Amino acid sequence: MPSMDVNGSEVEVDEEGYLADINDWNREIATALAETEEVELTDSHWEVIDFLREYYDEYQIAPAVRVLTKAIGKKLGKDKGNSKYLYELFPYGPAKQACKIGGLPKPTGCI
Amino acid sequence: MSDIKKFLYVNRRAPYGTVYALESLEVVLIGAAFDQDVSLVFMDDGVFQLKKDQNSEASGMKNFSPTFNALGDYDVNKIYVEKESLEARGMTMDDLMALTYEDEDDDWAEKSSMHLVSADEVRDLMEESEVVLSF
Repeated sequence: MPSMDVNGSEVEVDEEGYLADINDWNREIATALAETEEVELTDSHWEVIDFLREYYDEYQIAPAVRVLTKAIGKKLGKDKGNSKYLYELFPYGPAKQACKIGGLPKPTGCI
Repeated sequence: MSDIKKFLYVNRRAPYGTVYALESLEVVLIGAAFDQDVSLVFMDDGVFQLKKDQNSEASGMKNFSPTFNALGDYDVNKIYVEKESLEARGMTMDDLMALTYEDEDDDWAEKSSMHLVSADEVRDLMEESEVVLSF
């Protein structure tokens, strides 16, 4: 299995760069994963990533984009619950990129 | 917008031991992206899939039952449970997870997705559905 180097320690990832074990995740690893996606993490990014991790913890799945936008809007406010806002943060797909950085598996139904 | 079809997913197997139950749930979640009219029926050993407080540790499979709670977010809110199957296993609706959804047309009021139906009603559901997928 491939791995990536995070400040000197090896972390296992799959062929697409998703973390092999979600329990390995921490903020340093997230920052390293974000670098591979060319995303610079701001508080707004963390807000979405933390939300996704909580969602996964509760439901054991990463939500589809449609579900994510609706849920973010409800939790963080209408101005954030739209795909424009989320795509600005994660240009290559909010669900896909935010899940990857959050150490979660690829969302079900994500192509 | 293309035609909306009535889909019925029939779940008849125990949650663990085979991958049918999990696969069915994944297909439902993926299919939900296509805005179809989706109903789920649980019968035979399939009723165990909705059992409360599952612990799948001994089976070596991940306990995916919390995912059923996400169905409401995916606008899947017609969950039918066959009465005869429940009774044959000494169970009632109180043994099952109380799945809910928020009704967009009613100020997001939380409503139950769970419906207890007889075998005859299950037959009617199958008859009126355009696509029936059995797992």
